[in-house]
Amino acid sequence: MNAVRSLAAPFLPFSAAVLAAALLFALFLAAQGFPALEALELVVEGAYGSSFAWQNTLSRAAPLMLTALCVALPARAGLVIIGGEGALAVGALAAAVVPAACAGWPALPVHLLMAAAGFIAGGAWIALSAWLRHARGINETISSLLLAYIGIALFNFLVEGVLRDPASLNKPSTTPLAESFLIGAMPGMEVHWGLFWGVLICLVMGFVVRQTVFGFAVGVVGGNPRAAMMAGLPVGGLILAACFLGGGAAGLAGMLEVAAVHGSANAALLAGYGYAGILVSFAARHNPLGIIACAILVGGIGASGSLLQRRIDLPDAATLVLQGGLFVALLAFETLNRKGVRRV
Amino acid sequence: MSASRIRSHRRNLLRLLGAGAATHMLPFGIGRAGAADKLVVGVIYVGPRDDFGYNQAQAQAVAVIKKLPGVKVIEEEKVPETVAVQKTMEAMINQDKATLIFATSFGYFDPHVLKMAEKYPSVRFAHCGGLWTEGTHPKNVGSFFGYIDECQYLNGIAAASASKGKKLGFIAAKPIPQVLRNINAFLLGARSVDPKATVRVIFTGDWSLPVKEAEAANSLIDQGVDVLTCHVDSPKVIVETAERRGAFSCGYHASQAKLAPKGYLTGAEWDWQTPYTQIIKATIEGKPMVNFLRGGLKDGFVKPSPFGPAVSAEARKKSDAVKAAMMKGDFPIFKGPLVDNSGKTVVAAGKVLGQQDPLLEGMNYLLDGVIGQI
Repeated sequence: MNAVRSLAAPFLPFSAAVLAAALLFALFLAAQGFPALEALELVVEGAYGSSFAWQNTLSRAAPLMLTALCVALPARAGLVIIGGEGALAVGALAAAVVPAACAGWPALPVHLLMAAAGFIAGGAWIALSAWLRHARGINETISSLLLAYIGIALFNFLVEGVLRDPASLNKPSTTPLAESFLIGAMPGMEVHWGLFWGVLICLVMGFVVRQTVFGFAVGVVGGNPRAAMMAGLPVGGLILAACFLGGGAAGLAGMLEVAAVHGSANAALLAGYGYAGILVSFAARHNPLGIIACAILVGGIGASGSLLQRRIDLPDAATLVLQGGLFVALLAFETLNRKGVRRV
Repeated sequence: MSASRIRSHRRNLLRLLGAGAATHMLPFGIGRAGAADKLVVGVIYVGPRDDFGYNQAQAQAVAVIKKLPGVKVIEEEKVPETVAVQKTMEAMINQDKATLIFATSFGYFDPHVLKMAEKYPSVRFAHCGGLWTEGTHPKNVGSFFGYIDECQYLNGIAAASASKGKKLGFIAAKPIPQVLRNINAFLLGARSVDPKATVRVIFTGDWSLPVKEAEAANSLIDQGVDVLTCHVDSPKVIVETAERRGAFSCGYHASQAKLAPKGYLTGAEWDWQTPYTQIIKATIEGKPMVNFLRGGLKDGFVKPSPFGPAVSAEARKKSDAVKAAMMKGDFPIFKGPLVDNSGKTVVAAGKVLGQQDPLLEGMNYLLDGVIGQI
């Protein structure tokens, strides 16, 4: 019985938060004269009610898993990084220039090269914030946000400038990838391979932070950097590595947007995944495994918001109300839960 | 609500959570929207429908088609140009049984609309932006667009007539051909009133950046500009800022007259109900998809906003005369010789680029008289 309780414990605050948020949302809608119960059913139907709905949700969730890691891994080392959108932008850009040099190659090595380019570019971008923090004492939250603006500006400058495909008149884009270099859907479903990589990397990172010496050391640095230094841990290196891995994940999200969705780098792929990842990571308490669940939740809210608009003419902002309510509830219940644990 | 009601709803929710819900057992099942005898039309917007700009212009046309008999419209706003729009199109097809979809943002076309059109060959996709090419793009896709530079030319006439210092301002999103064509047409309209008129242009870098747009508006007015116009998704803050600072404004996309009762001169508006109605009619009658649809003033694709109180009788007369010539179809805006603002001749003397000239589709210069850089 105790074993069951301890297994179920982490899910209790989660379920309570979901129920509370649903209730709040229903009251909010009812107060405005919308059919509240129908809306709740549509939320579930639109997000998880059919195999189509699941694929819709998972397609939206895939990039968020990777951009959330850009917040979660640095957070393990005690850094608050919010500039994942910049890492996604430079990652997409780096990945988009690779195929031009690989005409006629088979797809696999090109994809590996693109992924490496995206990962390294995104990783280096966030590692820059870590270095500024460690070597110059600059607040990494501010620097990563400002670097995101710079990354996006660089992206637009190059996509509208030297990297622009002259045929892309009114939607400046890089040269489109050859058909054979595009990443398709996973077998048996219509969700692209980005979902696989998102889940896999979250699982691997979950293992790394919990089961490896490196992950433990990063956690020590995050807990108390002075103590870590006294214990002889290479604090600077660990911070840089955590940020590099996080930024790399966001860069990889950019590469996947290029290769699996857009077929080129253009401004449309900067759709705010980097910022949405902040929300996902905080809601998951920076736990890579929790990120998978939270990303699916946010993806589901996106998918059901779409259905709510079409069926009962709710404005798009209603989705934001639901999402906001859900995350406030998640954080509140999590806090209550932790207090409870401590009291025991 | 009673406790048993809540319980039964919870059961429904739980049942739905199991994959592959049995939709026929649900009060609000998937099949509900597929009214068999009605044409279900899906409309997708990139921004909010009440933005006083690009999306509102589309929504105004949608309000008209909603009244057509045999048509049921479903709408979704703020859909980004990512995998989200593909999923929205698919959801409209699968969950709402839509067979005609209006994808109204330019960036939806490639790859999103093209991908869905290939996957759902029996569904029609109408895209706003004029990109469809015979032989390259699928037959169930069509694109519609308007020659709005005609109205920008009329804007230029009203602007230069109202301006004291003949210094006009243009706030633009990106230096792409469509936008450059509008800026140049605005200048040529202004110069038809006063050959010394100038247009200062500021590019903000993206379609919807209200803070930058307000800064640009203030900065232009500080430089002595007294009439502002723009090409961004929502001209709202620009028109409001001009009004607050006592400057005049010319609108874009939809009418912003309500936001500036004193200073709003006129505006370049889309009149999308014309293509929307044509495409829906062809669909209902079972005729092939209208693949390419473009028009200007005379075809009812664009229209100028009614004149505001600040437009003089003389300016109205001049503008109306040009409009009459455009309605007859013999008023080419781009006539040589035209020199760009670096001194290079871009249209030779004696050469006339008509409304549909493909050269205009690739415009990559700002004419002499425009102060600014691409």
